[in-house]
Amino acid sequence: MLILTCPYCGVTAEETELQPGGEAHLKRVGPGGTDEEFEAYLFDRKNAKGVHFERWRHAYGCGRWFLAARCTATLQVFGTYKAQNAHPPSDIVDSIRAARPDWTPDWTTT
Amino acid sequence: MTHTPPFRLPSGGRRIDRAYQLPFRFDGRHLRGLTGDTLASALLANGQMLMGRSFKYHRPRGPVASGAEEPNALLGLGQGGRFEPNQRATTTPLVAGMVTRSQNCWPSLDADVGAVNSFLSPFFPAGFYYKTFIHPRSFWKHLFEPIIRRSAGLGRAPTDADPDRYEQAYGFADTVVVGGGIAGLTAARDAAQAGGQVLVLEQDSLWGGRTPIDHKDGQAAIDALLSDLRGRPNVTLRRNTMATGLYDHGYLIAREALADHDPNQGIPRQRLWRIRAGHVVTATGALERPLAFACSDVPGVMLASAVRDFIAEYGVAPGQRIVVVTNNDDAYRTALAARAAGLDVPAIVDARPVADGDLPRAARDAGITVLTGTGIAKVKGGRHVAGVTLCDQSGEGRVTDSLDCDVVAMSGGWSPVVHLYSHCGGKLTWDKAQAMFRPDPDRPPLGADGKGNVTAVGAASGDLRCAGDLERAEGATQPVWVMPARAPYKLRSKMWLDYQNDVKVTDVELAAREGYASVEHAKRYTTLGMATDQGKLSNINGLAVLSDALNQPIAATGTTTFRPPYTPLTLATIAADAKGEAFQPLRKTPMHAWHEAHGASFEPVGQWRRPYSYPKGAEDRHMAVDREILAVRKGVGTLDASTLGKIVVKGPDAGRFLDMLYTNMMSTLPAGKCRYGLMCNENGFLMDDGVVARLSDDTWLCHTTTGGADRIHGHMEDWLQCEWWDWQVYTANLTEQYAQIAVAGPQARTLLERLGGSIDLSQAALPFMQWAEGDIAGIPARVFRISFSGELSYEIAVPAGRGLELWERLHEIGQDLGITPYGTEAMHVMRAEKGFIMIGDETDGTVIPQDLSLGWAISKKKADYIGKRAQRRLHMVDGKRWRLVGLESVDGQVLPDGAYAVAEGVNPNGQRNVQGRVTSSYHSPTLGRPIAMGLVRHGPERMGQVLDFPMPSGQVMQARIVDPVFYDKEGSRLNG
Repeated sequence: MLILTCPYCGVTAEETELQPGGEAHLKRVGPGGTDEEFEAYLFDRKNAKGVHFERWRHAYGCGRWFLAARCTATLQVFGTYKAQNAHPPSDIVDSIRAARPDWTPDWTTT
Repeated sequence: MTHTPPFRLPSGGRRIDRAYQLPFRFDGRHLRGLTGDTLASALLANGQMLMGRSFKYHRPRGPVASGAEEPNALLGLGQGGRFEPNQRATTTPLVAGMVTRSQNCWPSLDADVGAVNSFLSPFFPAGFYYKTFIHPRSFWKHLFEPIIRRSAGLGRAPTDADPDRYEQAYGFADTVVVGGGIAGLTAARDAAQAGGQVLVLEQDSLWGGRTPIDHKDGQAAIDALLSDLRGRPNVTLRRNTMATGLYDHGYLIAREALADHDPNQGIPRQRLWRIRAGHVVTATGALERPLAFACSDVPGVMLASAVRDFIAEYGVAPGQRIVVVTNNDDAYRTALAARAAGLDVPAIVDARPVADGDLPRAARDAGITVLTGTGIAKVKGGRHVAGVTLCDQSGEGRVTDSLDCDVVAMSGGWSPVVHLYSHCGGKLTWDKAQAMFRPDPDRPPLGADGKGNVTAVGAASGDLRCAGDLERAEGATQPVWVMPARAPYKLRSKMWLDYQNDVKVTDVELAAREGYASVEHAKRYTTLGMATDQGKLSNINGLAVLSDALNQPIAATGTTTFRPPYTPLTLATIAADAKGEAFQPLRKTPMHAWHEAHGASFEPVGQWRRPYSYPKGAEDRHMAVDREILAVRKGVGTLDASTLGKIVVKGPDAGRFLDMLYTNMMSTLPAGKCRYGLMCNENGFLMDDGVVARLSDDTWLCHTTTGGADRIHGHMEDWLQCEWWDWQVYTANLTEQYAQIAVAGPQARTLLERLGGSIDLSQAALPFMQWAEGDIAGIPARVFRISFSGELSYEIAVPAGRGLELWERLHEIGQDLGITPYGTEAMHVMRAEKGFIMIGDETDGTVIPQDLSLGWAISKKKADYIGKRAQRRLHMVDGKRWRLVGLESVDGQVLPDGAYAVAEGVNPNGQRNVQGRVTSSYHSPTLGRPIAMGLVRHGPERMGQVLDFPMPSGQVMQARIVDPVFYDKEGSRLNG
């Protein structure tokens, strides 16, 4: 049973206090999107073995949604951060790189 | 030779108190044991070696072990609600008055008819079930399955509710040491010195593990450690506590026996600990392995350590003449202990060519014959060991000698208890020199920080010589997987690996020959290690035999997966207080007590209990529904609508936000008005509906379904926090802040006007789909002119604390109008008469609003809303979807809810094609005939067509496609 720290209220919460919300950093495709783009948004998930970013809600706590960077294979937690981030912030990236030197981000920050 | 008394030794037994005898019963016989006995030691002390029957062949079984790994001595314990099957006699403390019975035998343990299976065993090899019960196919359902089901399972499940209390507790510690032997206590001392909270868990009632028994100075060393630990404020010692499973991030489950088998102490019987450990030290010791020789399952063949334990711990002689057979030095301790207790040890049979360590020397000095390079060819005896024949260990089993004995104490070496280490991803390594799998310290389970969070110490780490500060000097163990090494088929087919499930060496070899090369497959094919002991004794020997059959090293075969729990947990402990009324919270409206007092028949709706109907006198709940509906249609009725979700959405961007959430436009709704809204998910599917009222310029009140309130509030928060987090919107779920009463029927206005108040309820001032605020009967209220019944209807929301007052007031003054409380079923029928959809009836998570002809509630003007893009996907617009229609039963019978309408032809599975299904179906008291709604392919374009609904009975019901609005299509009543 995982332990994650809520970045809003600071509580170190265990999994039963949290509600999982799937992959983080999905970009919503609205009415302007093509069928392919919309299908990818709805259904295509990375399903990574290794470094993974995901959504959690501190459901039985402060109620806030936050994001977690975690290794799906070892369950190592690299950090949690607020949901209002388009990409993982730099301290999370640094923490992942320290533990997984071979890992490279698959997004570009502009 | 025969098994002869005395079974209780004249002295010794560190656990027992000879001054206190305890009466108990076994299979109806009245027996006596001593305080401190386990059931197994008490039965042995009464000469009762036969304690059970094996699962498959019903072979006679006696205890093999003295601890949690025992596969044979499983008893049914207790009576009535306290009956428990499969209790291990070796770990169950004897309590005065205990009632026990043997299992898996009929009519009795001594004369078991099922034992005929044993003579048929050549016909029941591994995989027998899979090969045999295939043809003819029809036999499976009517013959094979009923027989297998009747013989399946060991012991009988209890039928009465458990009368005892169980509790759960949370624990936190920087270091949790599992195992209170010398390695665990030493590790606890080291951890305590380093600082932090230390928790030590010991499965037994005594500290020390094997050390006090196996080492001369053992007890003193344990006592010194305990005294040190007890003086430390940061150390907690907890006995009788079995750590059963280790999970992610240091989450450890342990079961503490508080009043086990003595439940009249007034305290909970067991406590389940849910512990979060910073670091876990497994000091769980090792389990002795059996040796595989012919007829190794005859009662009286026991682990050498168990024989030693029964002598030293309980002063019990398992037999008078004990032959020790071993491949290591440790078993010599048993020979020495037996001899010291005055028992005969005709010989130590050692498979190793040489045995010249300290212990063998001591045995020889004590005058015990040591036969090296020797093995057991076969055990003699049926229900009890009568003797053994001996052979050359390296040969094929030619008998060289024979010995009379009544017990064989065997030792095939020791296996570290690696379960906890393995539960959570720790890896094992094959230690060839010691012939064991042990934890690989370089690949431990990992914590949240990515660092190892479990360390194995002592015997559990593979360090069998570890005795804390005490040193043991022992010779090397020589792996012996089959005895003798080149035993022919005839002997191998009698060598038991798994005693409970009757898996023999030849079964594993057969599995290998038939291609079950993976250890996981071979396990399931043979059922090796699948008994209640989960292979604690059999696994290593079994996979060694498998490796040999596959001609590969043991390391290449690997182990099966170790899964929690280490020993069984009773379901009562897992449930603890979360049962009965405390299973989940019960939500009650402010008027709940009134409903109860007026005979409401309740139904669960989520965690709420809502009145289904209010039967009166001789009515059943369905007759009451019909009466309630007619009362509303002709006069006036009240529905407790307090459970409806009420979510306030407020802020400068609230209108914009609601436009995204609902399919229709909410931002243009004028203050004071209501609008019916549909909410879809991003897949386009309808997830909730309800009336939205605009309270002020920047505030909306969103009604949701009863079951949807929390979910929809969560849905709103998800989008607000994660997608449109820069929008200024605040939401609050006020569901329980208001009591809400629907007052419906042609007399609704008349009734409400009698209450008096500041709100003008006239059609002109408060027309349909508007709301007003003020006071009613002196209570602050919001009145919504909305209708789910199709009648003139007001829903009145008042502060929760005044709901009952308003409800009672309405019923006081409405008697002459025939005011009638109505329940959820009347509500359901009335909405169906009106053709209104119900979330969960007409929707099932695959239905879009367009399927329900709700296009009028979907804004064409909005650029976007959640679900809009999805509703343009190909299969949403291809015209083949099932759409809402009314269904009129042709023969006047009520269609079964969920019935399918068949189409021409069959699908690839040979099933009839279908073209629609019934989503709601009722008898309408208003119309005096059945009504139904359903989803039908091209439905609205097929008015008047008749559909076939085949019933399971073979009968075919027919229904005509009609308009789904059965009542007051013009809406003149709700506008009245």
